[in-house]
Amino acid sequence: MSTTYLEAIRQGLWEEMERDPNVFLLGEDIGVYGGAFKVTAGFFEHFGEKRVVDTPISEAAIVGASIGAGLMGLRPVAEMQFADFISCGFDQIVNFAAKCRYRWGASVPMVVRAPSGGGIHGGPYHSQNPEMWFVRTPGLKVVAPATAYDAKGLIKSAIRDNDPVIYFEHKGLYRRIKEDLPAEEYTVPIGLAKVVREGRDLSIITYGAMVWVALEAAEKLSAEGASVEVVDLRTLLPLDRETVCASVKKTSKALLLHEDTRTGGMAGELAASISESVFDYLDAPILRVTAPDTPVPYSPPLEDAFLPNAEKVVEKARWLLRY
Amino acid sequence: MSAIRAFPPLSSDRAGGQAELAHTCLYYMALMRELEDRIERKLYRQGKIVGGVYVGRGQEAIPVGTALLAGEDDVLLPAHRDMAAFLIRGIPAGRILAQYMGRVDGPTRGREGNMHMGDMKLNLVSIISALAATVPVAAGCALALRYQGKNGVAFSYFGDGATSRGDWHEGVNFASVQKLPVVFICNNNQYAYSTPLSAQMACANVADRGPAYNMPAEIVDGNDVFAVHAATQRAVAHARAGLGPYLLECKTFRMTGHSAHDAAHYVPSGMFDEWGKLDPITRCEARMLEEGWAGAGEFEHLRAAIRQEVDDAVAWAEKSPYPDPATLLDDVYESPQ
Ligand SMILES: Cc1ncc(C[n+]2csc(CCOP(=O)(O)OP(=O)(O)O)c2C)c(N)n1
Ligand SMILES: [Mg+2]
Repeated sequence: MSTTYLEAIRQGLWEEMERDPNVFLLGEDIGVYGGAFKVTAGFFEHFGEKRVVDTPISEAAIVGASIGAGLMGLRPVAEMQFADFISCGFDQIVNFAAKCRYRWGASVPMVVRAPSGGGIHGGPYHSQNPEMWFVRTPGLKVVAPATAYDAKGLIKSAIRDNDPVIYFEHKGLYRRIKEDLPAEEYTVPIGLAKVVREGRDLSIITYGAMVWVALEAAEKLSAEGASVEVVDLRTLLPLDRETVCASVKKTSKALLLHEDTRTGGMAGELAASISESVFDYLDAPILRVTAPDTPVPYSPPLEDAFLPNAEKVVEKARWLLRY
Repeated sequence: MSAIRAFPPLSSDRAGGQAELAHTCLYYMALMRELEDRIERKLYRQGKIVGGVYVGRGQEAIPVGTALLAGEDDVLLPAHRDMAAFLIRGIPAGRILAQYMGRVDGPTRGREGNMHMGDMKLNLVSIISALAATVPVAAGCALALRYQGKNGVAFSYFGDGATSRGDWHEGVNFASVQKLPVVFICNNNQYAYSTPLSAQMACANVADRGPAYNMPAEIVDGNDVFAVHAATQRAVAHARAGLGPYLLECKTFRMTGHSAHDAAHYVPSGMFDEWGKLDPITRCEARMLEEGWAGAGEFEHLRAAIRQEVDDAVAWAEKSPYPDPATLLDDVYESPQ
């Protein structure tokens, strides 16, 4: 039976809670209600109020309490109702959790789940992709799965990790994608990108929901005779520069794609890494397809114009392929 | 958790209980005073301490009167003027000095300065600079204690100014809603840097914030170590009994500038003199003489012993090497990336 991205996250959480009594959940409306997106529906009934903690609307307290519990040896998984509100707990994440190990040798095994991304007409405060706020913070790990397989494998790895992990789950993928998952237990290692489509002529490097946009574009381009490789970063911090650079070395052309806005986005870091390591192999400038530097607009024509899509990717890719 | 330090040996002729407690309190208050004096007035001025120095002169009764009540399962989250909490919990003076001097034998091996240190083996959580950030973390520690079936309490320390931060209110509210075993300990020294209490909050007391959270809040004479100790016993008993958090507002005065570089010209003249008369060490000694818990002359002996202890600690810390720059990249993550 095929499993949705949302169900994959549920399964990962459920299995880890069954496996390790130190794993518990906290967040707003996650208990009886099962969470704004129903990711934790049924957990309260099964695991009880001790392990599924409904909190006040206090993101700093949710993250802070997770840090405290993590320091004491538990494995909290905090839910932000929307990634957009993670900024209310920002200081706890970047100044407290991220720096404990370096400063005083303390482990903070904490996961913060952040439902992110646009395309659902959520407007400026229910659509953002705030991953780079955290990718800029040494001491954190940041993951952004694109597939149901990775969603499950990465939530399990995140929970088992002894460093704080920010887990971006794309709302637009929750019920849109599904696949058959292995019956047996598996995890996906943090820190490893994956080539999700092999090609020779051009590398599209991306993550999250944009992986599907890249694959759609690659399919269209293949009808035109181009062989496009797609790299899914999966983890944004620590960044798997090796896989990225190996792909570009092979194809000699790089198109960097993300749903996040342009300036200071992941593409800039990737471009610098590529030019530092494999400049000699490049046959064309490195190009970006990203959202523009604006808040995420609400009205459908505006949001459509804001979001990258396969057409925008194909256009840039054609230019690169001709170069 | 065997590293928690035993109290200094007491002479056998002392009437137990209160007398013993008084001697222990006096020792830690005097040690904190001597260490901080040495740090602020000597090592800092000699350029041996390069970073910020924030001392708790005049406030020693607060960390001492509270932290002495923390057992092994309890968790402490001391703030920047609570040095005695570290001493009581078992961080020796030499290591504190090494921390200030950026040496490798400080608890953070040169990554941090002043009171920014902790050790989970001692259930001692390091503050971060952002004020009140440890308040929700304390709630999380308390949640974990309950989760783990331990009877421990979290001791959450902060100043009056910190209670204006959202993190403070979020943390206190969460602890109250969850009825978590936290003792919130405010040192109300009436200033936050240059900002007096009246510009910090519209209520007269930090304790006035308690009822909003349905949390008992007690105002304590923060310069009377015995009063602080007794109030902490009530607070801890309440929290341990599963009745939820308890707020102690310890009224005191910051007998220095905000930090070693601040001459505190904004403090109205006379306040230092007025509060100097309420010095917690002097008051403790007076009480001890009055109760017959100590004889005259004993205190000079103690001070000499403490001066020696601090001399030795300084010498030890100065011998500690600076960290090797090759360790710069270590420990950002559990395993190298
Ligand atoms: C969030 C935040 N803002 C500003 C500062 C700078 N700062 C450090 S200590 C301090 C005053 C703190 O006052 P209080 O909480 O009363 O503690 P006290 O120093 O008086 O013990 C300020 C403003 C800080 N550390 N954190
Ligand atoms: Mg103050």
